[in-house]
Amino acid sequence: MDKNRLQRQLDMKRSLIDQGYLDEQFIQLEELQDEDSPNFVEDMVTMFYNNSARLLENIEQALVTGPIDFPKLDDYMHQFKGSSSSIGATRVKNECTRFLEHCTAGNAEGCVRTFLRVKQEHAILRTKLETYFQLARQAGSSASGGAKAR
Amino acid sequence: MGMATETQFHVLAVDDSLIDRKLIEKLLKTSSYQVTTVDSGTKALEFLGLHEDDQSNPNTSSVFPNNHQEVEVNLIITDYCMPGMTGYDLLRKIKESSSLRNIPVVIMSSENVPSRINRCLEEGAEEFFLKPVRLSDVNRLKPHIMKTKLKDHVIISTDQKQENEEEDDDDESGKPVLQSQEEHQQRQQQQHQQQQQQHHHQHSNSNKRKAMEEGLSPDRTRPRYNGVTTVV
Repeated sequence: MDKNRLQRQLDMKRSLIDQGYLDEQFIQLEELQDEDSPNFVEDMVTMFYNNSARLLENIEQALVTGPIDFPKLDDYMHQFKGSSSSIGATRVKNECTRFLEHCTAGNAEGCVRTFLRVKQEHAILRTKLETYFQLARQAGSSASGGAKAR
Repeated sequence: MGMATETQFHVLAVDDSLIDRKLIEKLLKTSSYQVTTVDSGTKALEFLGLHEDDQSNPNTSSVFPNNHQEVEVNLIITDYCMPGMTGYDLLRKIKESSSLRNIPVVIMSSENVPSRINRCLEEGAEEFFLKPVRLSDVNRLKPHIMKTKLKDHVIISTDQKQENEEEDDDDESGKPVLQSQEEHQQRQQQQHQQQQQQHHHQHSNSNKRKAMEEGLSPDRTRPRYNGVTTVV
């Protein structure tokens, strides 16, 4: 295991947490990673992005196809928010909360605006996590070794 | 872990979200449970051997009586918000079923809604976990499983225990291994039974309270489990 690369991975993780991209739940996922599921975290994140692509498409469709069905939007976004929360994607989750507030208020313009922010945070996080997992691989951290250290 | 390495407890997890299913499955496996996941209440009932329209028919439920199934379910953990049959609906059906009502049920939800939590607890749910579920939550499941097992053992083995006490003190004398293990467990846990029940009551109340507080109550900053939580 390359110590410098490990440090880079840990530094990036620290930074992602400090900047609010990720929270404690992400750490919990890393702690679940073991010999039986050595790529658990990356698998979960991949699953999230595969799943959420569909949900985001559905939401976008519902927003552009008038009249807006707010209960349906609410349902989709709750699902999406739940998944975001389960992988520790804090910023994404927070944008979802803002969207849901506008949805409850029946504010179409607010929904559109916040939806764009949801998509944006979603994309930003994906890029950062791709980099992070690359660092983890380089550090030889696909088993628990690097993930457990703080 | 204890003596019961040949008896893994089996948890049925119900959640329509793929990600959450994977997560709860991993949490449970890490805690040495055998896990089955399904994505709906309907599938859960099918797995449990109960069909919705057969519920009132005692003959059908006795075709799949829990303790004779090859795969016994020791606990059900279910999401609240699911399309079609909600976790609450599922809970009700389980509690209304003579063959299933003794299986402890735990509800999970991403929303902290006191009235929802109360409703579930009143309907017989043992606990209500806020999502995302953590290892510390899963660690709370054992007492609920053991409480039920103990109740079963007390009912079945009370007579036998009285017989056995008249025999030699030697534990090994002619008893089937399984029976003496159960008895051993029973002795160990009889002491805990009272405590568990009290603890359980306190637990339900404090769990209610915790869940009703803001999401970021002290309970949310949980101690980290640095790989020592379960040792297989």
